Amino acid sequence: MTKAGDPRAAEAVSWGHQDEGEAAGVIMPASTPRRGFLKGAALAGAGLMTGSVAKAAPLPIPESNTVMGDPIPAESYGLPTEFEKHVKRRRSDVFKNKQNFSDWSMTPLQHQIGIVTPNGLFFERHHNGVAKIDPDKHRLVIHGLVDRPLEFSMDDIVRYPSVSRFHFMECSGNTLTDWREPKSVTVQQSHGLLACAQWTGVPLSWLLAEAGVKPEGKWVMFEGGDGSGHLRSIPIEKVMDDALLVYGQNGERLRAEQGYPIRAFFPGWEGNTCVKWLRRIKVVAEPDQIRGETARYSDPMPNGKWRQFSMVMECKSVITSPSGGMSLKGPGLYEVQGFAWSGNGKITNVDLTFDGGRTWREAAIEGPALDKCLTRFRYRWNWDGGPAKLASRAMDSTGYVQPTVEDIARVREISGFVQHHNGIFPWTVAQSGEVSNAIA
Amino acid sequence: MRSRDLLGLVAGALLAGVSSVDAADYGQRPEVGYGKPVADADLVLWNIDIHTPDGANLPAGEGTVPAGKLVYEQKCIACHGEKAAGGPVYGTLVGGIGSMTKSPRVLTPGSMYPYAPILFDYVRRAMPMDAPQSLTNDEVYAVAAYIYNLNGLVPDDFKMNATTMARIEMPNRDAFVRDNRPDTLAERCMSDCKPIGTVADASKPAAAPR
Ligand code: HEC
Repeated sequence: MTKAGDPRAAEAVSWGHQDEGEAAGVIMPASTPRRGFLKGAALAGAGLMTGSVAKAAPLPIPESNTVMGDPIPAESYGLPTEFEKHVKRRRSDVFKNKQNFSDWSMTPLQHQIGIVTPNGLFFERHHNGVAKIDPDKHRLVIHGLVDRPLEFSMDDIVRYPSVSRFHFMECSGNTLTDWREPKSVTVQQSHGLLACAQWTGVPLSWLLAEAGVKPEGKWVMFEGGDGSGHLRSIPIEKVMDDALLVYGQNGERLRAEQGYPIRAFFPGWEGNTCVKWLRRIKVVAEPDQIRGETARYSDPMPNGKWRQFSMVMECKSVITSPSGGMSLKGPGLYEVQGFAWSGNGKITNVDLTFDGGRTWREAAIEGPALDKCLTRFRYRWNWDGGPAKLASRAMDSTGYVQPTVEDIARVREISGFVQHHNGIFPWTVAQSGEVSNAIA
Repeated sequence: MRSRDLLGLVAGALLAGVSSVDAADYGQRPEVGYGKPVADADLVLWNIDIHTPDGANLPAGEGTVPAGKLVYEQKCIACHGEKAAGGPVYGTLVGGIGSMTKSPRVLTPGSMYPYAPILFDYVRRAMPMDAPQSLTNDEVYAVAAYIYNLNGLVPDDFKMNATTMARIEMPNRDAFVRDNRPDTLAERCMSDCKPIGTVADASKPAAAPR
């Protein structure tokens, strides 16, 4: 028992004061169990009202202090604790596909801490399910307009010196349900086709140099070993610039969903160009113009036109906390958090508005702000308890400023299944504290 | 001599400035090559992509509309429905020609593909979805004849093969433009700005720039 005058009691009181702001500042995603949090907040409030009066009973010894913990298994692949079970990658439940083979699942960005997405939460987009490939049997070939067509085993590929780089990956279709109407509730639903990892592999330029690209070779076709034989053609300049052949992601071999044993990676370019389960590279003069380069992954433009080979993911940002489905617990200090990224370079500035875009102030960018990589921003916001409309706007090292959906709709056609949505994404905070999608 | 040493030092410092921890050869192509030669003949089963604008690499073989109807009814109808008009897992493969200037645009092989051989390339590699790469080339030509016939692009007695397929005139042929972004020229306004606009706002006349 602590007595009045006991320094520990004084400390408890001052903690209570600090907690007032902080406990209120905890923003709970809707899916998180809240009981523990509410209890904590209630205690902090009680402490404040009653000064240094001790509780009826002292804090009990937690059970975990009184028993042996779980033993170490002989071997295991560690998984998150049962209390974090709600943090899951989820299939699109806003746009529902009628089968789950050419479909996608989304990263829970509202729960992502730091810039790296854990491999088990990295979003998926497949065209005919997850291929299962034995690395010992896998072969990669480079042919077409080359002097020496070559075949590689996985043992061959991992023998090269390697490089590791941090880059985001975003699906061209990210946010496509939310142009005209606020269809998504959470940021996982609106922006979850986005993730970031440290990628390890071999620069593609090395292997192409080994094969010897002929002068007529201006594009390079990449084809996967999955049940859709997914393929895309990439201009040779990008391939020779910063493209990678990756087998490692965040310290381990690729997950099957990410193209095990090997995939192409084009930093800053739409996810579908980063062909998974890669087995064939063909140097060509002009792209084949197959379905994925014409009828899919093209953007509707005014007057019945379609823009194709729009593969760079332009500068974009979103506030992940507070975000849709969350609830603020009364006025006070909140740390606004989010991500900014650009397929054209580094993030240089992120501005935030709290009044729907009339005034903006600069958020703090948390380093490292890497090239073509998720970048964290933070801002300490004192919510006065009134209605607010929050949004972030990023700028990249080319000077490009993230547009509004209005800006985009003035130059493109927003009709049907429209990709490349990098619009500023507002959330409203109601007086009740409820946070909702405010794209329209 | 001395000035050259100095130059070397400066260059070294500059390199170090690029990345102070990486060794000089980090990210540089090593003087090794582990690829093994592979012959074109080894790749005949792999080299299946079609250069769709001119049909280059379309294989030998042929198929008719009635033969395609048979293939379709055995292997495609379960997912794509009667007469390819839409089934339990995918929408229509027929129609939409003329819809590109309307909203919504109806996307089908007939309305959307700029080059007819796209259908051969896609069906051979990806369809039927539950048994990709199981059709013979004759079957792929036939089912393509059936689908394009339903779209009114080839007559009932059409014989689909490498030559005839490349010659079909597709309505959406000239619809494609190459990427020309950045196309939005947003500015970084900090105060007294126009509130965040919506897609609906874009159909109103643009406000005069501040
Ligand atoms: C098991 C279900 C299934 C079967 C069987 C199937 N398909 Fe498909 N098909 C799909 C799905 C799903 C898609 C969309 C895939 C995507 O976009 O990634 C598709 C897409 C297509 C497309 C592309 C349409 C477009 O608008 O570009 C064509 C063409 C097609 N199928 C033809 C066929 C043919 C021909 C057969 C029979 C030989 C067949 N399909 C059998 C499920 C199926």
